[in-house]
Amino acid sequence: MSSKTDSTVVHADRHEEHNPNLAHHFFTMEQQHESLKLGVWLFLVTEILLFGGLFCVYAVYRNWHPDMFIAAHKFLDVKMGAINTLVLIGSSVTMALAIRSLQKNRPDQTVLLLIVTILCAFVFLVIKYFEYSHKIHLGLLPGKFFSNTEVMGSNPQLFFSAYFAMTGLHGLHIIIGMGFLSFLLYQTMNGKYSSEYYSPVEMGGLYWHLVDLIWIYLFPLLYLIG
Amino acid sequence: MTEHEATTPAHSASFHPHITPLKVYILVGATLFLLTGVTVWVAQFHLGTVGNLIVAMTVATIKATLVALFFMHLLYDNKLYLVVFLSALLFLSIFISMTMMDTMRRDDLFRYEEMPAAIGTSLTLEEPTSPEEAAATDKTGSEPAETPANP
Repeated sequence: MSSKTDSTVVHADRHEEHNPNLAHHFFTMEQQHESLKLGVWLFLVTEILLFGGLFCVYAVYRNWHPDMFIAAHKFLDVKMGAINTLVLIGSSVTMALAIRSLQKNRPDQTVLLLIVTILCAFVFLVIKYFEYSHKIHLGLLPGKFFSNTEVMGSNPQLFFSAYFAMTGLHGLHIIIGMGFLSFLLYQTMNGKYSSEYYSPVEMGGLYWHLVDLIWIYLFPLLYLIG
Repeated sequence: MTEHEATTPAHSASFHPHITPLKVYILVGATLFLLTGVTVWVAQFHLGTVGNLIVAMTVATIKATLVALFFMHLLYDNKLYLVVFLSALLFLSIFISMTMMDTMRRDDLFRYEEMPAAIGTSLTLEEPTSPEEAAATDKTGSEPAETPANP
């Protein structure tokens, strides 16, 4: 009984002084922040390995059918891919600046920068939609759905299997990222974050930069072959 | 920062994160834009399939390094995160290189047809050059090869 009262005393005592965002199983805000960041990095590692499987599929198919890959990639629009790369890099810059504004205790700037980031993600998806509908129109589809007769080389459906799997999974990550960024925007608008506490925004940023990082490899591998 | 110190209660006072200067973010962003232009421009030239791949992957890796070091703060943060990140890349490279060693060199096994003693019978049966030759290698090759394979 006495031990219980003791712990409540300590508990009540701590409530007097600590940041309301500090969970009781951490000693300091810094420890909490660093632990959360390690967890997010471990998650990002699983993401790298998830995409790694698809990069491996790409490597094997390209190695087996090098000429077909060169012929098939000409059906992708380099201009659209390049614009999407710039849009995504731009959104990464605004995301990094959004975190910086919170560190400087300017949540008002963070709100604007997060809105720009989400808009960039939306532009990316719109361009992707135009690309996809063009592919579907030409019958450049994965596996047995492939119906185009103009692509030279052996098994061109393999290129489009890799293309749709890689860009599709990446697009899914963009959509999930938009959801999380919208949540962060909502929270920032409600004054939940400041220079005192902005860990969730920094974690959202890490995820968003990884999505950008994966696209940095997808773009040359799919759009700029030989 | 002054506001931060004034309102911070006792035990979170030690939390002073590194704030990257605005100039660094703008410079890194501009470099990434520039390198995107470079990689599109270089792709017009035909440096051979392997040459183009090497150039494209080098530029992509420079871009990825900039994103990881500056945007993801790996340059300033606890190096533990860098180790975690690099370990993923290490295992990814093992995964892909092992797979490529298999799929790229699989056909080379048939070159060992000339050395029947060194190899199992199944391989010579898969690609016989002519029925008589295959039968010949089968007879001479099967017995010595079988014994070391299943001791």
